[in-house]
Amino acid sequence: MTEENERLKESPSQTAGPYVHIGCTPNFTGIATYETDLGALMKLGPVTGQEITIEGAIFDGDGAPLLDALVEIWQADANGLFNSANEMRGASDPNFSGWGRCPVDMETGEFRFETVKPGRVPWVDGSLQAPHITMWIVARGINIGLQTRIYFADEVEANLSDPILSQIDDRDRLTSLLANEDENGTHRFDVHLQGPRETVFFDI
Amino acid sequence: MNDAKAGGMFLPRDREWQPNALAPDYKSSIKRSPKSKLLSFPTSLSEETSPIFGHDILGEFDHDLIVNYAKQGESAIGPRLLVHGTVRDEMGRPVPNALIEVWQANAGGRYRHKNEGYLAPLDPNFGGCGRVITADDGTYEFRTIQPGPYPWPNGPNSWRPAHIHFSIFGHGFAQRLITQMYFEGDTLIPLCPIVGALGSQDAVDILTAHLDMGRTIPMDMCAYRFDIVLRGAKQTYFENRSEGL
Repeated sequence: MTEENERLKESPSQTAGPYVHIGCTPNFTGIATYETDLGALMKLGPVTGQEITIEGAIFDGDGAPLLDALVEIWQADANGLFNSANEMRGASDPNFSGWGRCPVDMETGEFRFETVKPGRVPWVDGSLQAPHITMWIVARGINIGLQTRIYFADEVEANLSDPILSQIDDRDRLTSLLANEDENGTHRFDVHLQGPRETVFFDI
Repeated sequence: MNDAKAGGMFLPRDREWQPNALAPDYKSSIKRSPKSKLLSFPTSLSEETSPIFGHDILGEFDHDLIVNYAKQGESAIGPRLLVHGTVRDEMGRPVPNALIEVWQANAGGRYRHKNEGYLAPLDPNFGGCGRVITADDGTYEFRTIQPGPYPWPNGPNSWRPAHIHFSIFGHGFAQRLITQMYFEGDTLIPLCPIVGALGSQDAVDILTAHLDMGRTIPMDMCAYRFDIVLRGAKQTYFENRSEGL
């Protein structure tokens, strides 16, 4: 195939390094070149659907939280529609960006997103996926951004029939993808880069 | 959308070509690299869509690191540079409206960051961040100063080659990429364990910008060309797609 021969190679990834904040969240690190840090707010006005908070931290192989990571999330709105030029099924909630970016706290390692519970979106065969949020993590020591997904522990039925979750046999590994709601209504999602609780990471 | 062909829009990422999570000479990767195999799936809408960034987010000097942190009438210290290139996908198609965010050390190799401890001084007129959005033909350009190389706590005597960090958004979150641009002729490139995480000289070469005398501005600034390639979408997707996006 001619097209095969003409294919270019994707630019190789390199680590974001410890100073990723300068470029991606300059206000966070005291550089006021831009008005705001992109992705700081996902709700731009009154939103449709259930408003939720997601909190967590990212732990290294020694169990220590990363203090220099940057986390991005991307998700559908409450009706399962994306705020994207590639969304052909309808207009998403105009007050919901769908994209969040959060540098972890430099002392505690915690990240926090104020967002909405995503609706279900179709899988490649047209069946519905369980509600989920795409997460992308970069940091010093991470050579290529790590991709995972946040699913919701209370979506028992949807999770059972989900095309991705249903292919993970190891119960402990499956649990690594589930956010649990605490008594304050906050969804907790910790990421473990290594060890017995290593999070499932994707190549999608 | 119940058309199966709508799924799997992006070509799978070539993980042999991309750096391994674990690169033992790069010490920080040892405790931060997942051990289990990545779970592979075709892309669905969750990765085939991506946030939209309009040109309206850009400030007047976001593309000019020489002045965007400088006091009125002053400018950053260091060799003045024009960096430019084209963002394409693996099929060779230009990627318009791609947000590129860049950050770098100053001419002395010092970052403006609270965790930075190198003894080289800060430049009061240099912040080190900038951003641009690609034009309809996928091209971009920004102005900056030549960043300096610097030592870092990895091995007993580790130095980073001069580089500029790039963060790039395409049209699908599957294309999300962070990388670094190096400079042609920098003798620190082959010694760097972060560069060494790349599996081949071809990969290193792609991340090495070339002096571009054609775009150099006489008596003003040298130009470097740095082209970027994002994951490709399968042809059929674009053929079936409505116009006007």
